[in-house]
Amino acid sequence: MRDQVKAWRLGRRLILGIPYAWLIVFFLVPLLIVFGISFSTPKLSMPPIEPLLSYGADQVMQVRLYASNYTFIIGDSLYLAAFANSVKVALISTLLTLLIGYPMAYGIARTSAQWRNILFLLVILPFFTSFLLRVYAWIGLLSRNGPINAILLKMGVIHAPLALLQTDFAVYLGMVYSYLPFMILPLYSAIEKLDPSLLEAAADLGCRPIKAFFRVTLPLTSEGILAGCLLVFIPAVGEYVIPALLGGPGTLMIGRVLWDEFFNNRDWPLASGVAVLTLMLLVGFVVVLQRVQSEKVVSE
Amino acid sequence: MAMSSAAVFRAYRTRVLWGCGIALMLSLAACRFSSPAAILPPMTGTEPPVINVYNWSDYVAPETISRFEKETGIKVNYDVYDSNEMLEAKLLTGHSGYDVVVPSAFFLERQIREGVYRPLDKTRLTNYGNLDAKTLARVAINDPDNRYGIPYMWQTTGIGYNIDKIRAALGDDAPLDSWALVFDPKYAAKLKSCGIGFVDSPPEIFDSAQIYLGIDPNSERLEDLAAAEEVIKKIRPYVRYFNSSQYINDLANGEICLAIGFTGDVLMARERAQESGNGVKIAFMVPKEGAIFEVDFMAIPADAPHPQNAHKFLDYILRPDVVAEISSFKKYPSGNAAALAYLPAAIRDDPSIYPPPQIVARFKDHHSESLNYTRYENRAWTRVRTDR
Repeated sequence: MRDQVKAWRLGRRLILGIPYAWLIVFFLVPLLIVFGISFSTPKLSMPPIEPLLSYGADQVMQVRLYASNYTFIIGDSLYLAAFANSVKVALISTLLTLLIGYPMAYGIARTSAQWRNILFLLVILPFFTSFLLRVYAWIGLLSRNGPINAILLKMGVIHAPLALLQTDFAVYLGMVYSYLPFMILPLYSAIEKLDPSLLEAAADLGCRPIKAFFRVTLPLTSEGILAGCLLVFIPAVGEYVIPALLGGPGTLMIGRVLWDEFFNNRDWPLASGVAVLTLMLLVGFVVVLQRVQSEKVVSE
Repeated sequence: MAMSSAAVFRAYRTRVLWGCGIALMLSLAACRFSSPAAILPPMTGTEPPVINVYNWSDYVAPETISRFEKETGIKVNYDVYDSNEMLEAKLLTGHSGYDVVVPSAFFLERQIREGVYRPLDKTRLTNYGNLDAKTLARVAINDPDNRYGIPYMWQTTGIGYNIDKIRAALGDDAPLDSWALVFDPKYAAKLKSCGIGFVDSPPEIFDSAQIYLGIDPNSERLEDLAAAEEVIKKIRPYVRYFNSSQYINDLANGEICLAIGFTGDVLMARERAQESGNGVKIAFMVPKEGAIFEVDFMAIPADAPHPQNAHKFLDYILRPDVVAEISSFKKYPSGNAAALAYLPAAIRDDPSIYPPPQIVARFKDHHSESLNYTRYENRAWTRVRTDR
């Protein structure tokens, strides 16, 4: 009997160990390497960084850590501006996806089962094509000689082609388009769980539909909203491809700064520093949000 | 089995600490083993009939690789990249697994000093004598004594423009032989509406601006950099974008009327416009003030797993018929003198592809920049690009 329990425990541990091992090897180890490199300094060698550990002539192991990358990032306004702009773009994109995604998720959750599957498929369908190709497609659509300008010209709405590409508008369009499914899916599952009888009760008690939406539906789906916003906001902050392809030259975002540091300046340590700070920013954001959420649950 | 929440937290904390400890040890181990091979593997014994080639996308003729495979029985694993930076990141990480790579001159120069490449064994390159002596002498500033690389194709950074649109915007007094066409705000302002695009490559743009100002593009003085930045800042409002590939299509379909870019790309735009029959006529200009000479090398990484096969591949590329086929297909001039006889007259006599001596005299050679200067240059580039 006791052996059985032991075997059962061992089995459970092994099964739990697999995801842990996966996370340690493919997430934590690379992260620690990046963290380590961020305390190094560039060097003309292969790899192009000063090793943190070295043996001196007298067989003394030396550890050299440079904090200069972090002081440099804090000292130059470029990085702060890039962080701030990335957060701004990500926040606006998240808000726009929420505003568009919520009615869509609501609609899908409230249609007949038959339609629901079709609509669901349509939300997932874009994932069958490469993300990069879909962003490239927008270049064709938005260009001066592209179909959008052609239609507007033909309809007489405009008289000269609009500069749609390489603008902030194009960046937000690309962001909302690409991340909308990540907003719709968690929202859908939250709205679907909502008991319609609660809304009926609200109506019976004389609550108008709009008020019922804000007093009943919205609070009860707040977890879905939070999950959707995090799923959009976090990748949007570090987004590199969309601003690079659709944005103008003035679009300064942290993803591009990191690219420049790593590839153009070939400064792996400074690039690692930027990556670590970006991660800390995002983790801090998530922790704060989770605090707020759990406090709300406790107070309820 | 019920645990108090404090106990759960303690158990959880222990596990997290364990995890972090293991991860830390693994990361240290990873760092320790990533040191590169300091000793070159010897070129003896038989190698498996395989070679891993890493080249720019679209940089050989359709038959080049299959013919090599047929003739030698060596299977080619062919991968492509689209920037020197991408190649450099892989090479510097070490153990890239590639046997032949194609870096541009001023990347190669720096990478040689970092021990990235294996010296060529010229006794294995029977066709080495086909290379043009003048080109070899020229590229020796990047590859001293031509020890590590063979010059593959070359080109320049100049101005590609839409002939009709420039004439329409500027009339007959457009300086069609000078950097002033784009760096003088007087002209650039008038070209804003028809569109100006720059290749997104700081050294090329800053060097070109310095050449326009009569400054040595190899200067690493910060005042010279500031002078170039000043020039670009003045015309910045008229530049639509900075992108290294978009200008090819945009020139071809008339979205933009001027681009600072590479010869090969501009000629590709010219060809695409001709093929589509949209009436767009593109020309490439090597400005009279001078233009940066760009050359790509074929080289063998020090840790290449198949160095003997790599030499066979280089020797194959050095054959005049092989490289002539690539030149005619890609419209790039090669550094192979013997190949000229194999080129169709349309390629050999096209002054945009093989420029006459008085144009070649305008080319300026470019050294690798120090990492410190690169940082200043890229910082200035970010200021210019984001216009702040």
